[in-house]
Amino acid sequence: MEIKKGIAVSPGISIARSLIIDSEDYRIPRRQIKPSQRMIEIQRARNAFKDAIGELTRFESATDKPEGGKIKDIFAVHLRFLHDRSLRKKITDMIHSDLVTAEYAVSTVLREIASHFTKVKDAYISERAADIYDIERRLLTQLLGRKRENVEHLKSEVVIVARELSPTQTAGFDRKFVKGIASDAGGRTSHAAIVARSLGIPAVVALEDLTECTSVGDLVIVDGNRAIVIVNPDEQTIRQYEEYSKEFTELEHRLDAIRQKPAVTRDGVEITLLGNIEFPNEAEVVLEKGGAGIGLYRTEFLYLNTQTEPTEQDHYEAYAETVRVFADKPVVIRTLDLGADKYTQRKRFAPEPNPFLGLRSIRFCLQNLMLFKRQLRAILRVSVLGDVKIMFPLITNRHELMQAKMILHDVMEDLDEESIPYNRDMQVGIMVETPSAALTAHSLARDVDFFSIGTNDLTQYTLAVDRGNELVSMLYSTVDPAVLRLIRTVIQDAHKAQIDLSVCGEMASEPEYIMLLMGMGVRTISITSPMIPEIKQIIRSVTMEYCNNVARKVLGMDSERQISAYLRDAARKILPEAF
Amino acid sequence: MQAEEDTLENEEYEAELEIKNAEGLHMRPAMQFVDIANRFDSEINVSNGETNVDGKSIMNISMLAATCGTKLRIKAKGPDARQAIDALRELVEEKHFDEPTPKK
Repeated sequence: MEIKKGIAVSPGISIARSLIIDSEDYRIPRRQIKPSQRMIEIQRARNAFKDAIGELTRFESATDKPEGGKIKDIFAVHLRFLHDRSLRKKITDMIHSDLVTAEYAVSTVLREIASHFTKVKDAYISERAADIYDIERRLLTQLLGRKRENVEHLKSEVVIVARELSPTQTAGFDRKFVKGIASDAGGRTSHAAIVARSLGIPAVVALEDLTECTSVGDLVIVDGNRAIVIVNPDEQTIRQYEEYSKEFTELEHRLDAIRQKPAVTRDGVEITLLGNIEFPNEAEVVLEKGGAGIGLYRTEFLYLNTQTEPTEQDHYEAYAETVRVFADKPVVIRTLDLGADKYTQRKRFAPEPNPFLGLRSIRFCLQNLMLFKRQLRAILRVSVLGDVKIMFPLITNRHELMQAKMILHDVMEDLDEESIPYNRDMQVGIMVETPSAALTAHSLARDVDFFSIGTNDLTQYTLAVDRGNELVSMLYSTVDPAVLRLIRTVIQDAHKAQIDLSVCGEMASEPEYIMLLMGMGVRTISITSPMIPEIKQIIRSVTMEYCNNVARKVLGMDSERQISAYLRDAARKILPEAF
Repeated sequence: MQAEEDTLENEEYEAELEIKNAEGLHMRPAMQFVDIANRFDSEINVSNGETNVDGKSIMNISMLAATCGTKLRIKAKGPDARQAIDALRELVEEKHFDEPTPKK
């Protein structure tokens, strides 16, 4: 069994045998032609354009679903290229002057264009190289008469595994058989992601080397809710996922109805449900799912997708896009949580021996002030556009918090000098995700406006367990009595200091744990947007009295196993329909 | 009479247009640009200061990779040169491709 974590780009769960799409390009050998064959080859190129246009037009009109707008846009762009006289001329000129075959000219010219796009620094533009490769493939298919990808003739359900998917490959998928998509490369804005979302196929991308650890026909689970792909799962995992999958489909139907209703318990206690996002364009999904704002806006994407250092303006534009979507609803921007990943490691001469205990997150920022200040400036500048709050991650002691706040203050002074407007009263908070922060919450609370408990890191650091390590992952549990004790401390200290508190780790999106959190006093949670309707449904069907009862019982227990079993039962009892 | 028609045929206009939408001249705006350019008979040239390309070709326009803030010099030559420039100006500077612009 192999568990891989990527970026979830389209929600849902699928379990099926893998079909690996070989995205290896056609390699076109350079074959010389005689001058007398020029006209024949030029005519072949022209016909290929004509036929490709015909095929694409049929494709386009077949995509007439209302949510097909994005796909249509992509195909419309391809059509413009196929109609482009300059492009055709470039190709026919090459056949004429270099005496090469139509396929060689098509391939060479389009690859030149694609490599031009790849070199453009703007991430949005450079991703369009995929479009050009797609047009190349389309023309070559016409010229070489090769059958379309075999995904068109599927007879059984599959999960598509690929290095990278082109828009055409994705749009040609038959939803009846293609149950999931998993790719090594890609990001939230890649075409495969856009198309998967609009087709409603669960998808996880950026899995790095998935194709290398998967063989054709392996059983694969794609979990587009939790950003996980599991290759060759064991019996227990399969059963667990079959359950998840069933629940998910049933819920999807029922949950549509409650999206716009408030998250209030049966005895009238209101819970604020916020969304966690990674990319600006996810903001709208949070709204669609009924989220009341953003409780965790991760900002690392600006660094992970590009080779170049993002500018202050890059930061600003990304944040402004999100803040505008939310108008007066809260948007909590977390400062860079880089570390233990390619970006920080790439900058080092030697990788850190223990990156999770190393120079990551706020520590990295405090040692890279230029980078940190650039982000703080951008966040302060967007603070005038809506209800923006700033949050520092991985604080381990008071000194770090004071340093971060001092730097924020410096940046404010710089903005004052330049008469750039910002919200002077912007709220400042921290992630409580280390045991040391939890244990000193009473003191940290004096200097912040809010806490947000990051349960993933808090659990990993408290229990000294790497969840990704199969050999010890069974020791990882957010409801371990040690973790719960820390969480309780943080909640109590926040209440005492009368500051806001939220939970933004995965714990809050686990249906089994939500009642416990509410019973422990949590009133604001921030979760991945696909889970919002389901969690809201649970909140709406319980009473706070019952939640308090659950929490009281659990906090009196001393074994993780007992707690897990009790919570599962409690959830089943109150919510037979949701489990 | 003949002479007048000739000058009409060779009417030439040019304008400097600034890309104002936040995401720049990516594929969809490039598509809108060439769609409008192709509506006119005039020859349309676009220059970013370094390269000078055919304004009716999506390949050429998208390869300019013009980001927000880039200034493009547009030249139109032909019977409807003025209308072409006006239409392109409207698309780029007024409608900014129906896309959001960064706020100051």
